[in-house]
Amino acid sequence: MTATYQLSHLRALESEAVYIFREVAATFERPVLLFSGGKDSVVMLRLAEKAFWPAPLPFPVMHIDTGHNFAEVLEFRDRRVAELGVRMVVASVQESIDSGRVAEDGGPNASRNRLQTVTLLDAIATNEFDAVFGGARRDEEKARAKERVFSFRDDFGQWDPKNQRPELWNLYNGRHRKGEHIRVFPLSNWTELDIWRYIAEEGIEVPSLYYAHRRQVVRRNGMLMGVCEWVQPAEGEEAMEATVRYRTVGDATCTAAVESVAATPEDVIVEVAATRITERGATRADDRFSEAAMEDRKKEGYF
Amino acid sequence: MAPSLADLAAAPGKELLRFATAGSVDDGKSTLIGRLLHDSKAIFEDQLEAVERASVQRGEETNLALLVDGLRAEREQGITIDVAYRYFATPARTFVIADTPGHVQYTRNMVTGASTADLALILVDARKGIVEQSRRHAFLASLLRVPHLVVCINKMDLVDYDQEVFEAIKAEFRTFAMRLEVSDLTFIPVSALHGDNVVHRSASMPWYEGSSLLHHLEQVHIASDRNLIDVRFPVQYVIRPRSDEHHDYRGYAGQVCGGVLKPGDEVAVLPSGWATTVESIDTMDGPVQEAFAPMSVTVRLSDDLDVSRGDMLCRPHNRPHVGQDLQAMVCWMAQDPLRLDGRYAIHHTTRTARALVTDLAYRLDINTLHRDESASTLGLNEIGRLGLRTTVPLFYDEYRRNRMTGSFILVDEVTNATVAAGMLLDPALAG
Repeated sequence: MTATYQLSHLRALESEAVYIFREVAATFERPVLLFSGGKDSVVMLRLAEKAFWPAPLPFPVMHIDTGHNFAEVLEFRDRRVAELGVRMVVASVQESIDSGRVAEDGGPNASRNRLQTVTLLDAIATNEFDAVFGGARRDEEKARAKERVFSFRDDFGQWDPKNQRPELWNLYNGRHRKGEHIRVFPLSNWTELDIWRYIAEEGIEVPSLYYAHRRQVVRRNGMLMGVCEWVQPAEGEEAMEATVRYRTVGDATCTAAVESVAATPEDVIVEVAATRITERGATRADDRFSEAAMEDRKKEGYF
Repeated sequence: MAPSLADLAAAPGKELLRFATAGSVDDGKSTLIGRLLHDSKAIFEDQLEAVERASVQRGEETNLALLVDGLRAEREQGITIDVAYRYFATPARTFVIADTPGHVQYTRNMVTGASTADLALILVDARKGIVEQSRRHAFLASLLRVPHLVVCINKMDLVDYDQEVFEAIKAEFRTFAMRLEVSDLTFIPVSALHGDNVVHRSASMPWYEGSSLLHHLEQVHIASDRNLIDVRFPVQYVIRPRSDEHHDYRGYAGQVCGGVLKPGDEVAVLPSGWATTVESIDTMDGPVQEAFAPMSVTVRLSDDLDVSRGDMLCRPHNRPHVGQDLQAMVCWMAQDPLRLDGRYAIHHTTRTARALVTDLAYRLDINTLHRDESASTLGLNEIGRLGLRTTVPLFYDEYRRNRMTGSFILVDEVTNATVAAGMLLDPALAG
């Protein structure tokens, strides 16, 4: 802080996010924070801690568990939640499948990514959550670029992009009826680089797979998929060992690794600053289906 | 050690500049934004490839507007229907662009984008000169008190980079702007298509001695735009851990909206008016010695007072207006028109109340600035001056003095839709 009374851009973004967390805690009855163990949700958790310090988080966290998670991310998730002493709700896609709420696709490209929407909406309804914090950022994807910070969802959890509430100044309208809810995105104005700068500046721990490591991978559709229980080499594919890291962490069946030697947050910042491909474009099979894949999923109620 | 890419990427203390752009497809706005993003390396290869694929499918040349138009509905109709936010950074600053469509039916989007902007960028086609839309954009930027206005006179290549064309448009714009309250007005001749004066100074216009657009965005002085005089701290949330460790802790969390608050400062708590002093200003990273907008902090007071969300801390001899009868300029944002006897919820700082519309003084023609005093309602995208009566007093400043304590939204209590954005006027003007 200097005599010019000017915050750095990272501290301005932090302050905005803290304001958003407090606004929700003050005006909603049953908020919940989506926590997957991914880097954005790890940063969200730090910001939420800051918003309420020295009090504990006034809401639980929730993980939508596809059943196809990276083991090190689950381990990290459980450890972080225990350290903070917050309550965690785990909603399971496997249970949604077992109970017949959703049906699983077959084939080598099958993913439970889209199925998560049903599990998520069911969990929101069952727990009567009225505000759901998500870590989505507007720089991730073009349908997200037009998302509000307070994003209204109807009784069916749907997003109507053509009928969004205008959002002015720092005045957020979270009014809703019973059964409806608001998705809240405190990281709206952050970029991938901002997230990494913040991780570096704050010394925040993230799951180890965000940094370079040796892993068995298979090249599929131009992407490197980590070989695991659910991703096995198909005919004509060959598993190989490579030095990789993950730029995004989601369902193991649709999240790819990138070749990288970045071993620290500082290395990752250099890599991200120089990269010419977006993180979703590089690593998310789910966004490659069509021009409007994200827009369509979001309308259904996706994250 | 030589500065590495990491130094650039990490550059601490960079300022954030939020700017709004307005314009339609044909005035080259998308091309200009595309150029800024591209030359600052904020467009990624896979995004460009996606645009190229989509352009080929539509039988067009690479159309950079597709980068800006995100939603399928927009691509189908070839229009932008909403505010899109975009991000880029240079070693000097980090930028958030609120990109808004320019047509009259999208006034509400431009108002939305301008509400948080430090700077507004208006495009003028050098061949056409100032048109109705340019005047409207300049007026809205001044209504929303965007501190800096930059007029890019675009397509200079199509008028042979002629200085006289530039000077004539500049003079005409200045004459018009005299009727507005614009404190900082800058003109830049550009060709977005060829990149003249966008990132680099143009060799085709040696007569132009000013900065390129990007250089201007990096250098424009924004530190003095915030109100650092009038201490305003709306209480947002009360923090009471009730834990063994922090048994008696009671902190008032909020975002500073004006002035500089320091430990030891004498403050008054509104609405009670009780005076006390600031014990400490806390954050998880430790106490701070001064807090200013837009910092989110937690304030502890020396005395045990009854303070809750919606209350405001200020200095005892510098208080905001306190009142239930308000005068405001309002932009209507909903399909359902304003109901003159209507009751709405009003959200102002952290305070919420109900408001009754008491009076519509006039509707403003945003193209001619003519005041129609016979108007009986406001429809979507219309602007007018309203009188309101609220159920509880609000603590406010004139919008021109403080954009955070001078703004409000109206919410329809039946549909829960945000129906209006308001900018408060000096109560002395009432009547």
